Amino acid sequence: MTPENQPARSAPRPLDVLVVGAGPAGLTAAARLAAAGAGRVEVLERSVRPGGVPAYCGYGGFGTRTRPLTGPEYARLLTRAAERAGADLRTGVTALDWAPGGLALRTVGPRGPETVAARAVVLATGVRERPRPARLVPGTRPAGVYTTGELLQTVHLFGRSVGTRAVVVGAEEVAYTAADTLRASGTEVVALVTEATRACARSGTPLLTGTTVTELLGQGRLSGVRVRHRDGEGSVLPCDTVVFTGEFLPEDELARLGGITPAPGARTSRPGVFAAGGLTHPDGRAEEAARDGSRAADMVLEWLAEGAHRSE
Amino acid sequence: MTVTADGPLPPEPYDVAIVGAGVVGCALARELARRPRLRVALVEARDDVGQGTSKANTAIVHTGFDATPGTLEARLVRDGYRRLTAYAAESGIALEAVGALLVAWDEEQRAALPRLAGKAVRNGHTETRMLGQGELYAREPHLGPGALGALHVPGESVICPWTTTLAYATQAVRAGTDLHLRAAVETVTRDGDGHLLTTTRGTLRARHLVNAAGLGADTLDRLLGHDDFTVTPRRGQLLVYDRLARPLVRHILLPVPTALGKGVLVAPTVHGNVLLGPTAEDLHDKSATHSTAEGIALLRDKGRRVLPALLDEEVTAVYAGLRAATEHEDYRITAHPGERYVTVGSIRSTGLSASMAIAAHVTGLLADTGLDLGPVREPAPVTMPDLGATAPRPCERPGLVAADPAYADLVCFCERVSRGEIRDALAATVPPRTPEGLRRRTRARAGRCQGFHCGARVAELLREGTAHDT
Ligand SMILES: Cc1cc2nc3c(=O)[nH]c(=O)nc-3n(C[C@H](O)[C@H](O)[C@H](O)COP(=O)(O)OP(=O)(O)OC[C@H]3O[C@@H](n4cnc5c(N)ncnc54)[C@H](O)[C@@H]3O)c2cc1C
Ligand SMILES: Cc1cc2nc3c(=O)[nH]c(=O)nc-3n(C[C@H](O)[C@H](O)[C@H](O)COP(=O)(O)OP(=O)(O)OC[C@H]3O[C@@H](n4cnc5c(N)ncnc54)[C@H](O)[C@@H]3O)c2cc1C
Repeated sequence: MTPENQPARSAPRPLDVLVVGAGPAGLTAAARLAAAGAGRVEVLERSVRPGGVPAYCGYGGFGTRTRPLTGPEYARLLTRAAERAGADLRTGVTALDWAPGGLALRTVGPRGPETVAARAVVLATGVRERPRPARLVPGTRPAGVYTTGELLQTVHLFGRSVGTRAVVVGAEEVAYTAADTLRASGTEVVALVTEATRACARSGTPLLTGTTVTELLGQGRLSGVRVRHRDGEGSVLPCDTVVFTGEFLPEDELARLGGITPAPGARTSRPGVFAAGGLTHPDGRAEEAARDGSRAADMVLEWLAEGAHRSE
Repeated sequence: MTVTADGPLPPEPYDVAIVGAGVVGCALARELARRPRLRVALVEARDDVGQGTSKANTAIVHTGFDATPGTLEARLVRDGYRRLTAYAAESGIALEAVGALLVAWDEEQRAALPRLAGKAVRNGHTETRMLGQGELYAREPHLGPGALGALHVPGESVICPWTTTLAYATQAVRAGTDLHLRAAVETVTRDGDGHLLTTTRGTLRARHLVNAAGLGADTLDRLLGHDDFTVTPRRGQLLVYDRLARPLVRHILLPVPTALGKGVLVAPTVHGNVLLGPTAEDLHDKSATHSTAEGIALLRDKGRRVLPALLDEEVTAVYAGLRAATEHEDYRITAHPGERYVTVGSIRSTGLSASMAIAAHVTGLLADTGLDLGPVREPAPVTMPDLGATAPRPCERPGLVAADPAYADLVCFCERVSRGEIRDALAATVPPRTPEGLRRRTRARAGRCQGFHCGARVAELLREGTAHDT
């Protein structure tokens, strides 16, 4: 091994609370912890943009009824609140894995590899959607296959469109978010397709219930999706784009690498490690994730107090 | 250093034209690059190297323990194994010598193991060893219940198939080979004492011709007036499981082979995933690289028996490759001296392993067709980005990050790919032109989120990095 291959060896940097993930859950937890005097509270966010998923939800429906906000506005509000309370927000820093001994994580970021140790860790690593391969949808592997997350970022962060005609898989709220985003960026929506026999329909968007996507077609670029209706009838929907929406999954790599499973409340199987937000409730809305973060902060404060007690 | 993907092809005749930039064609280009006097063109229909069967296999470097003794394939796989393992070490191609276990699930299979060990000996592999049930489960604690024992084949290795092809091509192009992409050869006619190739990008002349067209080798061979073999594509579908599944398996887990083929295996990959596959389906359509519901169901059935916990893990890719099977059981590598032409046919299921040995063998045949190879000068070694899961990622290397912070700017979080690596790939000798090409070179968006987090940014970086292309 050349010297530059050597992993960082320096002693772990000590903190009181380490929050992993600056989405609604992590930011809210950090704000509350810092405000309550939990000591050195640091939030790690692997993205350059704090705020989690809402940071790229460039549409309304966030915030409170009295104070409606777009996703990015909501993300900024939570970010400012955490920073004002005194939490240290470090963006562009990824927690890779657990370091041996105590509550310590290996991180990478602009300062290079580092190990950070804390008296308590809050995992607020969030959610993602189930992509095409994990849904085991057969067919070719063409370009033009998206999740809502990728679609939203393409449109709202980079101002690009994704195609000309799109099929949206799913018919829940997030599917309509995808459909609206597609239309606003100039892509025609062919249909929403769902296996569910009932779904909420909206005028202007064709909805195919009781329908399964059975194959993706096309070499190079998607040319269509084959669908089958419950009554056995099949057909091909010509399109150059398909968006797989919903089927939210916890972003649980760090938890699993540490062998950590959620326990009641915000606690986990590992003392001193807490979990909040989409990681524990992947189907929740942003507001719920934020409330969850706040509850986790209360548990952390309790834990720190007990710990202080223990060490006296 | 020339890689072209559009515009007319150079008018000056080449000494050698190789049709097909799969792992075999690229290995041959690299071998010929050791002969600096030769002018060589590598002509490929698609927009990247390794876009055919070479991108969709099980990525095993076979020792050749189970080959049919005495065949050309047995000899070239064995020789290719030795060459490729050495080349991988020298070039930074991720390779792990995990070894294989041929697992017996019933008495009949167990009874067959000594015969397989004997065959291995005839292929020059004396280190295989029988494992009893206890030792088998000690080595593979997650193996499903009911296995009786296994034959351990040390040496069987897994490699990064994409880096392998790319390393060959990179080294060849740096040493002077012209790589012409998006140039499908449509007709070949005699041109004086050489060949005139008509491609989708115009004509190209070459004194000697090598057919390394994989699935298209029979078609090309017929264009030259030969009726020697017919390719019947044999599809293999595979499932790739997320890295979190990697601790479930330590060796390549093979079934005891039957008359129907090698069967479905479970294997770790150098990228830290687990593979389940392949199927074996004889087809007629050479473009049928799609997966099917039946194929996926069959693989999951087999996988459940071998490694039950695997089925609970997330699938990050489903893909299919087509083996270029023919009516011949052995490789069909034929020199036509009068025509200055060599056909490399029927490289079905071991072409990755044997690639360097095939290249050396074909070079000898080229000399037999009258090609003056000239003196040898070893081309400058290449150092490829190591995509292996056992190597530290660039973001984890303090010196690298301090020298260039782009390596700390992670773009693809699941696979820990930085902006620096993406930039390097886009500026490389043989750069990618598509998101898939970039994925094969860097792993960007190859992970469990499949671009949910990073896809938009990866696309943007690719757009910026290829802006000068048309
Ligand atoms: C496509 C989509 C659309 C949605 N639309 C809406 C909507 O319109 N309205 C609504 O109320 N809710 C919506 N939701 C739900 C809402 O976004 C989530 O409930 C909420 O974002 C969860 O908050 P969180 O903080 O738990 O996770 P996230 O918002 O996912 O944030 C987690 C953060 O952790 C970071 N992170 C993860 N792992 C690491 C690591 N190892 N190191 C460093 N950082 C890490 C991530 O980069 C991310 O920024 C949507 C969700 C999705 C996926
Ligand atoms: C499912 C599966 C699993 C496998 N597993 C392994 C394994 O574990 N280990 C191993 O060693 N091998 C394995 N193999 C076999 C291995 O992948 C192949 O033997 C090898 O990739 C063949 O390489 P090639 O260069 O001959 O063909 P290809 O990679 O198919 O290259 C041929 C190239 O020729 C081009 N071409 C064709 N016609 C023309 C034309 N007219 N003009 C211009 N270009 C043309 C094509 O576009 C293509 O790029 C496996 C194969 C499959 C399908």
